[in-house]
Amino acid sequence: MAARKTTAKKPNVSGDELKQYYRDMLLIRRFEEKAGQLYGMGLIGGFCHLYIGQEAVVVGLEATAKENDKRITTYRDHGHMLACGMDPKGVMAELTGRQDGYSKGKGGSMHMFSKEKHFYGGHGIVGANVPLGAGLAFADKYRGNDNVTYTYFGDGAANQGQVYETFNMAALWQLPVVFVIENNQYAMGTSQERSTSTQDIYKRGEAFGIPGEMVDGMNVLSVKEAGEKAVAHCRAGKGPYILEIKTYRYRGHSMSDPAKYRTREEVQKMREERDPIEQARDMLLTGKHASEEDLKAIDKEIKEIVNASAEFAKDSPEPALDELWTDIYAKEVPQGEAV
Amino acid sequence: MSMTSYLEAGRRAVMEEMQRDERVWALGEDLGRGGVFGQYKGLQEMFGDERIADTPISEACIMGAAVGAAMTGTRPVVEMRFSDFALCAVDELVNQAAKARFMFGGQMRVPMVVREPIGMWRSSAAQHSQSLEAWYAHIPGLVVVAPATPADNLGLLKTAIRNEDPVVYMEHKNLWALEGEVPEGEHLVPLGKAEVAREGVDLTIVTWSAMRHPCLKAAEDLSAEGIGVEVIDLRTLWPWDREAVLASVGKTGRLLVVQEAVSVAGFGAEIAASVAEALHYRLRAPVRRLGAPRIPVAYAPPLEDQARVTDKAITDAVRGMVVPQTVA
Repeated sequence: MAARKTTAKKPNVSGDELKQYYRDMLLIRRFEEKAGQLYGMGLIGGFCHLYIGQEAVVVGLEATAKENDKRITTYRDHGHMLACGMDPKGVMAELTGRQDGYSKGKGGSMHMFSKEKHFYGGHGIVGANVPLGAGLAFADKYRGNDNVTYTYFGDGAANQGQVYETFNMAALWQLPVVFVIENNQYAMGTSQERSTSTQDIYKRGEAFGIPGEMVDGMNVLSVKEAGEKAVAHCRAGKGPYILEIKTYRYRGHSMSDPAKYRTREEVQKMREERDPIEQARDMLLTGKHASEEDLKAIDKEIKEIVNASAEFAKDSPEPALDELWTDIYAKEVPQGEAV
Repeated sequence: MSMTSYLEAGRRAVMEEMQRDERVWALGEDLGRGGVFGQYKGLQEMFGDERIADTPISEACIMGAAVGAAMTGTRPVVEMRFSDFALCAVDELVNQAAKARFMFGGQMRVPMVVREPIGMWRSSAAQHSQSLEAWYAHIPGLVVVAPATPADNLGLLKTAIRNEDPVVYMEHKNLWALEGEVPEGEHLVPLGKAEVAREGVDLTIVTWSAMRHPCLKAAEDLSAEGIGVEVIDLRTLWPWDREAVLASVGKTGRLLVVQEAVSVAGFGAEIAASVAEALHYRLRAPVRRLGAPRIPVAYAPPLEDQARVTDKAITDAVRGMVVPQTVA
């Protein structure tokens, strides 16, 4: 039950694995940059929360998942979808509100799902997805399999009451759920210091008997190592586990947030000293797991995937108006006159 | 009079009431940086961080704390950012705030204002676009306000803050930038008093919040065809101005209710039923409602538009009621 701080690790994975993580993080980064561009061009509307800076969190944890494990998250969800293998084309087409998007244009940035990849959304109300994550884990325990559910939420959501109701119930029932607190240090525009009474959120599980630890979320290997420990705990039937993953978002809360509540220097320092993709790149080069040429080839591959997703998302037709009347009830129920 | 935006009018209302009454304070997420829409800009600098209090993202706790603080005699203004998010705090509002006065035999009262913006703007999808005013109009103990103009946002919010009962104050997100004439100096608008926004003799439209504007546009267009439409902006849904509505429909003999919310079980149903009960034999056409179909608001613009009542839909509906033979 002891809580400890994880320090940055030396590579304890193969060169190929590390290269894969680098690639997956880069895909998220470039995808999000493209989404930002399309937003600026008016092709994406509404609320759009970019994951840039936080890539190591989801990539490190996905490296610990096995087939049929589940994941559920908040509205900052693009990275999670790409990392669990959802098609960038379908994600981007949802962002542009087109019929080939994962939710057929009805959900947008915050609300996508993939049954195939066991991705359970994409939720717009802060903290409201956390009890759902416990429910997903309950279903697996009920069925008697050893799947785990990764339930992601932020430092802001950690101040929502239902999170603690969920901690209690998940511990009581020993549910196989990893609570992943992506602590990017700002609850929208309010810093953690100004919104949270004690700074070590992972310790809040102690009151419920849930072990937890703090993890360096800018290092993909640290995340993976901590994730493996958490997942092993859950799979062994020992109940939930909390990972507070310290990370940082480079962009505003959403595209409409200029992020004036922090200094430019703070962001710049994080980018220069801690960037997760640059760290992985350094490890690949210094460990001689990849050459500059190898990395250039990955860059090129990613660029092509992202450009293709953007083209697809621009070309996909807008949804048919009839679509609006589907998917509301399991069996299409006559809605009567639209009075 | 001066031109002021709807957003600035709301900011001015809070500022003036905080200057006037030191029991007034505000709490919510990101208020220190001006609120998510800028509706508290500069107020923390002016009043300090105890009176303009930043909170964690904890809606249930924000609402519950405000109820407690109101019970002890302060006058909190609660910022919920979106009516969709306020659903996290509905227990505190409906089971605590609304019922405290009654349950405690009148010994307790809860003078608080809950600001929870409603409505569609663009591509905000199903969890950031709802108009939930009917939910609260259903609850005894709550006052429900939905201003449509900058002047009303100033005058109604000031009145709401001075009110002795909990007020659910629903600004419309798509109106923040709307400019309009606002009186200089003290401006109060009474609760429960509708405004006849335009006079006419052939048909009465009853509406509120952002729908006031397409209704006025439709009325203007129809006047060119010789159809006189009277537009009544309810301004407050509870209490609602029954007298003004019955007087108008008594005169015109026709009622169309226009709302942005889902029409089914919306507040328009209450207006329609009340008019039918009181004036059935004087009606010259069946009462009609226009509102959103009963579907979640979609993200993609063409789908989202299906949930919008347009001025064209309003003119079509009015024509169909006034000149039935023109209906295809």
